[in-house]
Amino acid sequence: MATGVSGSEAVRVKPQEKFNFFQDERVRSVFFQILTVAIVGWLAWFLASNTAQNLDKRGLSFGFEFLDLVAPFDPDFKLISFTAGVDTYWRIFIIGILNTLYISFLAIIGMSFLGFSLGIMRLSNNWLISKVALAYVEIARNVPLLIQIIFWYSVIYAVLPRLKQSLDLSFGAELAFLNIRGLYVPWPVLGDLLWMTFLALAIAAIATYLFRRWVQKRQDLTGKSFPLLLPSAAILIIFPGLVFLLTGSPLSWDIPELKGFNFVGGASLPRAFIALLIALIFYHSAYLAEAVRAGILSVNKGQGEAAMAIGLRPNKVFSLVTIPQAMPAIVPPMISLWMNVVKNSSLATAIGYADLVAVYMQTSLNTAGHAIEIVGMTMGFYMITSLTISGLLNIYNKRVQLVER
Amino acid sequence: MSNSKTQQDQNTPDKLSSAISSEIMIELGTVNKWYGAFHVLKDINLVVHKGERIVVCGPSGSGKSTLIRCINHLEEHQEGSIVVDGITLDKNLKNLDHIRTEVGMVFQSFNLFPHLTILENLTLGPIWVRKMPKAEANANAMKYLERVKIPDQADKFPGQLSGGQQQRVAIARSLCMNPKIMLFDEPTSALDPEMIKEVLDVMVELADTGMTMIVVTHEMGFAKTIADRVIFMDQGDIVEENEPNEFFGNPQHERTQLFLSQIL
Repeated sequence: MATGVSGSEAVRVKPQEKFNFFQDERVRSVFFQILTVAIVGWLAWFLASNTAQNLDKRGLSFGFEFLDLVAPFDPDFKLISFTAGVDTYWRIFIIGILNTLYISFLAIIGMSFLGFSLGIMRLSNNWLISKVALAYVEIARNVPLLIQIIFWYSVIYAVLPRLKQSLDLSFGAELAFLNIRGLYVPWPVLGDLLWMTFLALAIAAIATYLFRRWVQKRQDLTGKSFPLLLPSAAILIIFPGLVFLLTGSPLSWDIPELKGFNFVGGASLPRAFIALLIALIFYHSAYLAEAVRAGILSVNKGQGEAAMAIGLRPNKVFSLVTIPQAMPAIVPPMISLWMNVVKNSSLATAIGYADLVAVYMQTSLNTAGHAIEIVGMTMGFYMITSLTISGLLNIYNKRVQLVER
Repeated sequence: MSNSKTQQDQNTPDKLSSAISSEIMIELGTVNKWYGAFHVLKDINLVVHKGERIVVCGPSGSGKSTLIRCINHLEEHQEGSIVVDGITLDKNLKNLDHIRTEVGMVFQSFNLFPHLTILENLTLGPIWVRKMPKAEANANAMKYLERVKIPDQADKFPGQLSGGQQQRVAIARSLCMNPKIMLFDEPTSALDPEMIKEVLDVMVELADTGMTMIVVTHEMGFAKTIADRVIFMDQGDIVEENEPNEFFGNPQHERTQLFLSQIL
C-alpha cells in the first residue's frame, strides 16, 4: 500500500465505531428527555387530581357557568355601560380588560415619548439638561413602582383642591375641572353629518401622503428639499375644518357641571387613574431613557465623525446616521418595557383603579368564588397580551435587523 | 546611509510632477491644543499651498492625527488660528459648515455607514448637503466608484466588502463632495499588506490630479513617491519638515534620524 505514489487512490476504510450503550451521547440525551417529560407529566397529574379531590371534598364545582351570573356590583370606572344587578360577570371581565388596556395604551405612548426625550437629554452637551435627566432617571428607577403609585395618589390628594373649589382648567370658561376626585372634561356629542368631516379627514390623510411622496420625488429630481411639517399640518387641519363648518358644525359638547355633590355630564378620569398613569409613565420612561442612551452610545463614534466630515449638520447626522443604527439596539429592551407597562398596571389594585385585577380577580372573586377559573383567566389575559406585543415588535425588529451591518 | 540612498532610487523613478500654486489653502498660525492637562499640539505653524501633497509622520501620540482633525474641526483647538481656503475656523457655524464641505477626510477605520448601501454611502452627502438631485448624485457616485475600480459593488453593504475595498469606497465618498482638500488619517494602518497597495494606488492617482492632500501615514515608499513635503512630528512639535529626498536622505534632527532608522 504505497501512499499515493502510484497515483491510484488508496481505499480508506471507515473506522469501526465502538458502540457503548451507557457512554453514548444519543442514548443519554434521549434518556434525559424521557425523564424530564415523565417528571413534568407526573407533577401536572398530581396537581390536577389533588385539586379535583379537594374541590369535591368542599362541595365546590369547576366550570365557567358563573360567567353568565348577574354581578351584584358596579365598577367605578368603565368604558362600556354596566348596570349592577343586570349585567354579568363576563361583562365585568371585559370591562376589566378594557380598563387595563386603556391605561396601558396611554402609559405606553406617554413613556415612549418621554423615554426617548430623556435618553437624548442625557447625552446633551448642556450640563444642566443632562444632569436634570440624570436625576430624573436615578430617582424614577430607584424607587419601587408601588411606592411611586401611592406617592402620586397622595400627592394628588394633597395638592388638588376639594370639590367646591375645583380648579377651572379653562381659565374661567367653566369647561374642564380638576379636583381631588379627578379630572372632568367636556365630551363630544356626535351630530348627524359628522361622518362627512371624518371622510374629509381621511381624504386629507391620503392627500398628505401623496404630498410627502411628491416632496421626496422632487428632492430626488431637483435636489431641493421642501418643508414637510407645516404644509402637511395645514392640509390635515384646514380641509376637514372647512367641511366641518360647511356641514353646520355637527358636534356639540357635553360639559361637566357641578350639581350637588359631584360633577354631572362630560367625561371624567378618576384620581386613581391619573395617579397610576403618571406613575407608570414616570417609572418606565426612566428605563427606556437608559435603553435609548445605551443604543445611541453603542453606535461607533467614528460614524458621527464621518458624517460630520462630509458636511452633514448635527441634526442630520443624528437622524440619518446615528438613530438608524441605534434602533436595532433600542427596540428589544423597548419590547420588554412595553410588556412591563401592561403587567405593572396590575398594581392599580393598590389605589383602587378598576383594572382587570381589581375588578375581576378581586371583587368578582370575592362575590362569585371560582378562584381557579378567575385567576387562570386573568393570567391568561396578561400572557396573551404580552405575547402579542412581543410578537408584533419582533416582526419590526426583524425588519430593522435585516439591514446588513 | 548608502543603503537608504539605493532604496530611495528604487522607489522614486516615477516621482510625480507637482503643480503647486502660490495660492494658500491651509494656514495654521501658532495652534495649541490640550487634552485636559496634556499639551498635544505646541505652537504649530503650517502653510499648505494649493496642489501641495504633504505627508505627516511621527511616533504614536505625537499629535499627527490631532493636527489634521483640527483642520476640519473634529477636534477643537484652544489657541491660534486655522484658516482653510480663506475661511477662518471660529465659533461661526456657517464657516464650519463651509469648511467641512471643502475638506474631505478618510479615516483609519473607514467609518462607512453600515446601514446604507455603497451607493447610498456615496450619495448621502451630495443629496443632503449639496442638495443634488438623486439621479445626478447616483451618476456622480458611480463615476467615483469607477475611479476607485469597484463600480460592481454599488448595491452591496459595507460589511460585504474587504477592508481595501471599504477604504476605497471611503475615499470615493469624500470625493463625491468635490472637496478642495483631502485629509487622510492613517488610511492603510488597518489593512492587510495585500490591500495596502490597492488603496495607495488610488491615492497616488488622486495626487496625480493635483488635489491638495495631507496624509498621515507610515508608508515611507508612498511618501517618497507623492510628497512635496514630509513633516515629522514628535510630542506635539513639528520637529523637521523638508522635501522627501532631503528628509529621508539627510535628516537633520537626531530624533528624526532615530525614527527613520527604526521604521526604514
